[in-house]
Amino acid sequence: MDWNSLLLMRYELGLLALILLLVIFEIFSGKKQKGSLINFSILLFAIFTAIGFIPLEEGSIFGGMFRTNDMLHFFKGTLNVGVLILLLQSADWLKDKVVDQNKSTEFIVLLFSSLLGMYFMISAGDFLMFYIGLELATLPVAALVAYETLKRDSAEAGVKYILSSALASGTAIFGISLLYATTGTIYFDAFADVISISNLSILGLVFFISGLGFKISLVPFHFWTADVYEGAPIPVASYLSVISKGAAVIILLIIMFTVMRPLMPVWNKIFYMVIIATMAIGNLFALRQKNMKRFLAFSSIAQAGFILLGFMSVDTLGVTTIIYFVAIYIFSNLGAFGVVQSISNATGRESMDDYKGLYRTNPKLSLIMMLALFSLAGIPPLAGFFGKFFLYAAAASKGYYFLVFIGVVMATISLYYYLLVVKKMFLAKNDETSIPYFESRPLMKIGLIIASIGILVVGLYSPLYDYIYNISSSFLNL
Amino acid sequence: MDILTLFVVVPVLTVFALIFTKDLKQSRVVALIGMAVQLAMSINLVFAYLKERAVNDSIMVFTKDVMWFEKFNIHYSIGVDSISVLMIVLTSIIVFAGIFISWKINDLPKEFFISLIVLSTGVFGFFISVDLFTMFVFYEIAVIPMYLLIGIWGSGPKEDSAMKLTLMLMGASALLSVGIFGIYYNSGADGGPLTFNLLEIAQVNIPLEAQKLFFPLVFVGFAVLGALFPFHTWSPSGHASAPTAVSMLHAGVLMKLGGYGVFRVAMYLLPEGALHWNDFFLVLATIGVVYGGMGAIMQKDLKYINAYASVSHLGLVLFALLMINKVSWTGAIIQSLSHGLLTALFFALIGMVYGRTHTRDIAKLGGLMKILPFIGAVYVITGLAYLGLPGFSGFVAEMNIFVGAFQHDDTFRRILTVFVVSSIVVTAVYILRMIGKIMMGPLDYPKGVEMPTAAWYEKVGLVILMIPVVLIGVMPFGITEMIKESIQPFLERLL
Repeated sequence: MDWNSLLLMRYELGLLALILLLVIFEIFSGKKQKGSLINFSILLFAIFTAIGFIPLEEGSIFGGMFRTNDMLHFFKGTLNVGVLILLLQSADWLKDKVVDQNKSTEFIVLLFSSLLGMYFMISAGDFLMFYIGLELATLPVAALVAYETLKRDSAEAGVKYILSSALASGTAIFGISLLYATTGTIYFDAFADVISISNLSILGLVFFISGLGFKISLVPFHFWTADVYEGAPIPVASYLSVISKGAAVIILLIIMFTVMRPLMPVWNKIFYMVIIATMAIGNLFALRQKNMKRFLAFSSIAQAGFILLGFMSVDTLGVTTIIYFVAIYIFSNLGAFGVVQSISNATGRESMDDYKGLYRTNPKLSLIMMLALFSLAGIPPLAGFFGKFFLYAAAASKGYYFLVFIGVVMATISLYYYLLVVKKMFLAKNDETSIPYFESRPLMKIGLIIASIGILVVGLYSPLYDYIYNISSSFLNL
Repeated sequence: MDILTLFVVVPVLTVFALIFTKDLKQSRVVALIGMAVQLAMSINLVFAYLKERAVNDSIMVFTKDVMWFEKFNIHYSIGVDSISVLMIVLTSIIVFAGIFISWKINDLPKEFFISLIVLSTGVFGFFISVDLFTMFVFYEIAVIPMYLLIGIWGSGPKEDSAMKLTLMLMGASALLSVGIFGIYYNSGADGGPLTFNLLEIAQVNIPLEAQKLFFPLVFVGFAVLGALFPFHTWSPSGHASAPTAVSMLHAGVLMKLGGYGVFRVAMYLLPEGALHWNDFFLVLATIGVVYGGMGAIMQKDLKYINAYASVSHLGLVLFALLMINKVSWTGAIIQSLSHGLLTALFFALIGMVYGRTHTRDIAKLGGLMKILPFIGAVYVITGLAYLGLPGFSGFVAEMNIFVGAFQHDDTFRRILTVFVVSSIVVTAVYILRMIGKIMMGPLDYPKGVEMPTAAWYEKVGLVILMIPVVLIGVMPFGITEMIKESIQPFLERLL
């Protein structure tokens, strides 16, 4: 192994350097510099994100434990963009709430550590690396969920999150150990060749899917979602619903489409039921939510159900539509969370009723919220429409018309609750209890603008889809 | 840029221009200029089309094809035949008149015109599309602004009506999307590549089983927009709550998307499915015609009367399409045009009456002819045209439909036809009763109530709509010929 091959880990090493750098800065900065240190770290991460888009060679190191290729590379870049938007949106919150406590980049360091875990998880070439990545991605988030230590809800959410995720990790590793028992290997490449359908492997598969299903908050592993989102600070809820979920979907995709491919007849049936349950529960529970964070929590459960539609088509079409949708979902959900964050920063209000007449006081914020929600609902010409349409197409290509039918019915139901928010913002008149006009701060504005551009452009710009198609077809040949 | 894409580009540019306007005066002028250009272009399109048709006998002319999503074989593919040309003209006329009718919209005028023109962009895009995906995109773009238009600027229980309308129409489009996937994944049945292109799919023999399965989805998906019984319930409440220009545009144009889609997609691409399900939907359409008429008789609110009348008259369009012959299809297309114009006229007039009297209850209105002569006269003319008086477009349309329907000599269709023809009488009942009640009779308003006669912009709006009604009624031959020529290839698929 030569030093050049370490370049394959450019993302991981770069982020690690960034984390260490921030820790040092944090130690040596005085109280007055804390605020600007946040800006500085965002700048560094923006540069890191930009560098990440330079093409990279494919290959694997550490005897196949760590591997990378164009698709993984692209996806890490997408996650970076998501995290960048998220940082921009949460910078004001950090400056207002955290700097007083004489800390600043701690939050960002924890966030980056979790992101590092996701990189390793995505690039894993065997189950060991996968598990290490999974843990590294999860544990810092538990700290982040409980970050507002003086708030009771936040602490409760932290405990809830760490307990359920410990259980989920345990379930997943139990599943892995059963799978190891049937195949005798933990390497992905070798695994796919020897695994076959047997009682033991099915049992292992079910445990494994349960563990990951927790991360994606699939029904019936979704119970933590709404409470944790509600208790967590908004940037963390946003991180959980966008970045964490996106990464977990991708690792599920990689493992199901390559390693577990011989077991496809089994997990296809499991997914068929999980999809229907996730879409139904997510949508029906979202109908009655009054708190914006809980509302977006159930909406994101429902979206997970839509994403899984792509898993019904185990070929390039399925991979492409899933990655494409996750990229779109990142922009759409960050748009919605960004507005919630912005309003919460300015006024501290998070209830849906507070949005009454928002258009007449804050037209731009309401428009971005409407774009984001319509994109989530799948209204053309916004990106979400294309993402959803192609996911349906993926499921329909294998003849699952009934599933598509359920999906479109659920999408109509989802439109109802998205419209409820639009109704509050646009239809209701404002009165003295409404949120007054306020000006968002520059970083927040940049974050919202990037998200809106993503929502408007990603769908209509078809070369992106073609690009993902090409990289994922080469991925499946691995 | 080609002649058809401009129909989407001009409204989009108008919307961009509207974003920068400051108040009502600016925004209405910008909207008016944009739509005047659109109207001029659509009239130009008619002549360009006639010229092109003389030398080009393919199904669609002015076709253009740009690859969009290569892996799905999705194209931005456009083209028109005479039917789409006429629909485009109808749309431009109604949008143009609608802007005059909304001349005095006070609340959020900029947003109102933006939503209205976004809606019309969807409609124009829908009529020029030859690719199912593009068509579906435009269809949904046309539906969603309705929510804001009714919800913000409407009256009465506007929030509920808006929600009901949006959800039912989006639900319909959900069914439609399943149908579209069904068509798409069967379009390679003859070994060719999968395609969304209408004309290419028409060359493929889609398996019979698939046709039977997907026809109802596609048909219902479109026909909900055309107020097919029992999926019409969004229409009366939606129209009653919508502001005037939106009712005009919605009943006048958007509901025509339903009939157009049934004709262009459902029956053209799935002919065997259409024949298989023909009887079933024919019964539903007949019930819609009769039920809509009866519903209109029972209503007291002017807008509800007109909304139920629309259910009845659009049921007639679906009925005529399902009768599958040249005469009835010609009637169906003319009925779409005629109903579009007349219903837009009605809604405009109702808006004017309501704006002055602040009531739409026919029991409280009376003798308006004495104080509002212009509006009253147009109201009477519209009413007569609506019930099918010769000399107006309604007569030409209904005559064609009934003559076409009677060409079938089996008992089943005869009976249905008799039912449907009886709706003429029902129409006469509610139209004459309504006109008699609100226009004639004693005038019992307190003296102090101010009742201005029609303003110039109202007159312009009405006259613009009146002209084509009379034109079609007096000399239908040109249009009939145009339509007959274009429906031929579509009809051949079903015979």
